[in-house]
Amino acid sequence: MGKIITLNGNGAIAEAIRQIKPDVVAAYPITPSTAIVQYVAQFVADGLLDCEFVCPESEHSAMSMCIGAAAGGGRVVTATASQGLALMWELLYIAAGLRLPILAGIASRALSAPINIHGDHSDSIGARDAGWIQIFSENSQEAYDNFIQAAKISEDFDVRTPAMVMIDGFITSHSTENVIVEDDKDVEEFVGEFKPLYPLLDVEKPVTLGSIDFTNYYFEHKRNQIEGIENSRRVILKVADEYERKFGRKYGFFELYKIDDAEIAVVLMGSAAGTGKEVVDELREKGEKAGLIKIRVYRPFPYRELQDVLKNIKAIAVLDRLMSPGAYGAPLFTEVRSAVYDLKKRPKIINYIYGLGGRDIAPDHFKQVFSDLEKLKLNRYKGDVVNYLNLRG
Amino acid sequence: MVTLRELSAIEDGFVAGHGLCPGCAIPVILRILLRATNDPVIVSNATGCLEVCSSMFPLNSWRIPWIHSAFENTAATAAGLESMYRALVRRGKISGNKNIKFLAIGGDGGTYDIGFQALSGAMERGHKILYVCYDNQIYANTGGQRSSATPLGASATTSPAGTASYGKVQWRKDLTKIIAAHNVAYAAQGAPSRWQDLYNKAKKAFEADGPSFLNVLTACPTEWKTDPDQSIRLTQLAVDTCFWPLWEYDNGKYRITYFPKDKKPVSEWLKVQGRFKHLFLEENRYVLEEIQKRVDEEWERLNKLVSP
Repeated sequence: MGKIITLNGNGAIAEAIRQIKPDVVAAYPITPSTAIVQYVAQFVADGLLDCEFVCPESEHSAMSMCIGAAAGGGRVVTATASQGLALMWELLYIAAGLRLPILAGIASRALSAPINIHGDHSDSIGARDAGWIQIFSENSQEAYDNFIQAAKISEDFDVRTPAMVMIDGFITSHSTENVIVEDDKDVEEFVGEFKPLYPLLDVEKPVTLGSIDFTNYYFEHKRNQIEGIENSRRVILKVADEYERKFGRKYGFFELYKIDDAEIAVVLMGSAAGTGKEVVDELREKGEKAGLIKIRVYRPFPYRELQDVLKNIKAIAVLDRLMSPGAYGAPLFTEVRSAVYDLKKRPKIINYIYGLGGRDIAPDHFKQVFSDLEKLKLNRYKGDVVNYLNLRG
Repeated sequence: MVTLRELSAIEDGFVAGHGLCPGCAIPVILRILLRATNDPVIVSNATGCLEVCSSMFPLNSWRIPWIHSAFENTAATAAGLESMYRALVRRGKISGNKNIKFLAIGGDGGTYDIGFQALSGAMERGHKILYVCYDNQIYANTGGQRSSATPLGASATTSPAGTASYGKVQWRKDLTKIIAAHNVAYAAQGAPSRWQDLYNKAKKAFEADGPSFLNVLTACPTEWKTDPDQSIRLTQLAVDTCFWPLWEYDNGKYRITYFPKDKKPVSEWLKVQGRFKHLFLEENRYVLEEIQKRVDEEWERLNKLVSP
């Protein structure tokens, strides 16, 4: 039996890290993810976690160490945010290309300039094409559950792809909640022992990792890499199923909130879902057929499953906590819109960019979105396709 | 003292078939290095000539475990591997009896410049790795751009000699001394021409109780604009002119490991290389004098460091 502990998002991820027993943790401090590694350092200092905890001189070296360590043949964890994740960018591709199951806890935060330490998804979605599995969490409980599942997904032999688990910087990372933390033994049993695949430390069977490919092989190798993340679709659901059976909490590619008979719906990721659900409840009481879809797995993007859900909805608003300068809508919007394009009866779909640099999103903002959706549903919407929520001027 | 006969009886960890240029001194250095320990070696290779030319998929020249990650992070990659080794040995998941050695290797670009931060970090944290820089004084892999190891007066593609320039205007970074200042277990400068000296240093470096560093001068016929059969002679000329003195930092002590019988003028080393050709024009004589003056000063300074 697990126990309820009061934790913030960073603490929840740290608990998961302690319980999955990584062999090496290498991380550099950056707000708002710093506390994750501080907790890990304390666990090691208190003898609660037996791992090599190393403090490199930068996030670039942190991810480089993770690559070296994972290539050695063991479980490896890091945590970062914002500029730190941006500094790792070059290596994120290498970790994925070498098929190393590294785990990263990300407290999503805005990117400079101007410098801003608060939460948005610019950093994590910025790493979108690096080849990592990306799982977003609404709150600390999900962060904990997601991180444990990420280990099992990432290390699956059909997947062997690194994974990052996101929480919203400060909103989730620093808010204290009650979190069910399962028994150490149960988590250990669930995740299982790390099984190395072609470990570099096996000197009897020397392998070459990261050799140079020319035009004659590179494309095929990159294509092979896709198999891992595509296989993860099946494994993500399998692991979620096992997790539900063992711990009772249900997960999928996304969470559907009052969507069965919904005619209008918002699609979003992360902590804002909580506020959105409150507003959906209010609207439902008034008899409006409103719903919410919270994307949990952004990479691989669950487009097929999403098509199935969205085909019955008349008007959709996609809420993005980042912008993509010069693009026709922000990343989640373009992804969702691309998914529904193939539907015979295409829902109408608009985009709201919100919450950059930690800007609040309140119930009234959701009400505004749903009111726009009502108009959109009835062909009376006069606004733009791409909009900004709670932005002055 | 080890003999060539003994060394030649040892199996190569790095074998033929690589694509390095004729006359490149890197393979010579590597074969000396890899023979200097009987323990298994795992290599972390920075992006550069050696990496590109030895790992052309589906072929490669390595008979030992090898990883390439990126240009600037080979020290960090090796440090990660070494951390995993310690973790797995401590947890009893693998045997510690094998005494695995971790060799990080990169050129001067990946070491003096872009990889400097990761190198400094790994040395400071005390990872038990041997970092070897093969210093050919130029970004050879990308076509001859200047690095912070490029000597004053050398013509490089990004510091070319021309009517208004005599080539690179800065002195080279003294990386070996900087690394010694990290209080590492062992740091030394070597050259393939003094192979016994290099072998001894590599042995000490592999066995050092902590991070160790070797900076090895490597001739590059392509970018030094020299004949491929001159490489070993050229590295010896660099040593004999004291442009590249052979010394070591061992347990806090500096020691010169080779004193030239008669110290040759630095122009002996410069004049045979195309990259310094322009320095021998009348209008650039002053640069030659400046180089000689600086080499003499550095040599004197090193001697003082050894016997204060």
